[in-house]
Amino acid sequence: MDKIDLRVAGEAFHQFLINIGLTSGQASLVDWIFGALILLLMFIVLAILLIWFERKLAGRVQDRLGPNRVGPFGLIQPIADTVKLFTKEDITPTGADRVTFNLAPTLAVFSIVMAFAVIPFADKVIGTDINVGVVYLMAFASIGSMSLLMAGWSSNNKYALLGGFRVVAQLMSYEIPMAFAMLLPVLLAGTMRMNGIVEEQGQFFGLGWNIWIMPAVFIVYLTTALAEGERAPFDLLEAESEIVAGYNIEYSGLKFAWFYLAFFMNTWVLSAVATTLFLGGWQGPFVSQIPALGVVYFMVKTIIMFILFAWIRATFPRLRIDQMMSFCWKFLVPVMLVLFLLTAIILKLGLPTIVVWLLILLSNVVVFAGALWLLGKGLEKSKWASKRLFTPEIPRL
Amino acid sequence: MLDQYGLIGALAIVAFLFPFAGVGIAWMLRPKHPNPVKKSTYECGIETIGDAWVQFRAQYYLIALIFVIFDIEVIFLFPFAVAFEQVGPFAVLEAILFVVILAGGLIYAWKKDALEWQ
Repeated sequence: MDKIDLRVAGEAFHQFLINIGLTSGQASLVDWIFGALILLLMFIVLAILLIWFERKLAGRVQDRLGPNRVGPFGLIQPIADTVKLFTKEDITPTGADRVTFNLAPTLAVFSIVMAFAVIPFADKVIGTDINVGVVYLMAFASIGSMSLLMAGWSSNNKYALLGGFRVVAQLMSYEIPMAFAMLLPVLLAGTMRMNGIVEEQGQFFGLGWNIWIMPAVFIVYLTTALAEGERAPFDLLEAESEIVAGYNIEYSGLKFAWFYLAFFMNTWVLSAVATTLFLGGWQGPFVSQIPALGVVYFMVKTIIMFILFAWIRATFPRLRIDQMMSFCWKFLVPVMLVLFLLTAIILKLGLPTIVVWLLILLSNVVVFAGALWLLGKGLEKSKWASKRLFTPEIPRL
Repeated sequence: MLDQYGLIGALAIVAFLFPFAGVGIAWMLRPKHPNPVKKSTYECGIETIGDAWVQFRAQYYLIALIFVIFDIEVIFLFPFAVAFEQVGPFAVLEAILFVVILAGGLIYAWKKDALEWQ
């Protein structure tokens, strides 16, 4: 099998455009538009498959069958839903701020599609390998949370407003530990390029993956990703039993569908980032001989992460808002601050790679275990400590 | 350099037009029978009293302020992390000092109960 190299294919396409009489600039323009359309197509196909997949999985967890009527195994279900949502009446409430109200779902989808530009599916299969990849991702994640705030505020509905408040409180707070969790792989790799971070993890046959070097950072990333992806146990901003649906209460028809789509694809993007930063991205056995295998490895790892997110969402009950905020500011942020300082000092000692890795691993384990112990101590003193309201009488036999 | 960002520009246009196009197509397909009751604000069975745009708790401002401080701290640390191998021990010391000062801020906010959610 010949090497599949997309950069070569892209250059061939570029050359073909020049041959049919375009200038180099025009050919680049066509290249970019084609690339953008391919990424959008990928987004749509993945969305359809993943929505079906998560619903099926949630069905299994809850002892249901999940969608199974439309098409084989219910695979056509998302398309049927799309058709339904397209033909639904779309209501803008009288009191709403029309421009903001209509712009919010568009921005939600926009921010997720934009994130696709820097996700490295394989060595050469990446939209564009810019040298600020990680910060780029964070920037568009912020636009995503802003769109939710816009939706909550512009609906002029009290439930939606409460949802918007919770967006501010939750998404903004959890952005801090998440940014720190993304900072540490950057510190280790010495670059913000997504592919650079993946290449850095290719050493020692998979032992160089950041999940082995800094497991505590990975756990913090996982927790914050659950919060950023509005997933249970952090789904307070759309808690059905408290504020009906939160920010998207007034949305119907396709505008609701955009929020739904953004919600699912946000999880996928977060899993892809977890794969890139912590699970070695497209690295795997024989990937240097057959680069196309990289796509398979990347997708498998990402889908494993996606299953983990879906599983947690289907299993856990949600937290209370004060517990959630305290957990972020009093646990995750201090832990990440300490870990950042320790990692920076360890890296500057000038020791051999293996020793550095072992020291970082040790610092991770010690700091995380210590923080958990302190958390337990603090909770014992807290007035919110879960005390038993009554002691059940154990019948003496 | 521009080469790399061309795709992002194209994607920004495509990503913005795609949801708009969807809404446009839905506008052509969907039924339109609005009436005042249907367009009224959703409430749990009774009519809504007043606007939702009200004064709200100062707590949210506090959280937003702390967020801004720490987010900017992280943004400053990203270039530091990239240049980490080139900078000397003194720069690392400075970065540590920077983080410690902000950690002091966090402890202050903690002690002042700015992080308590009442």
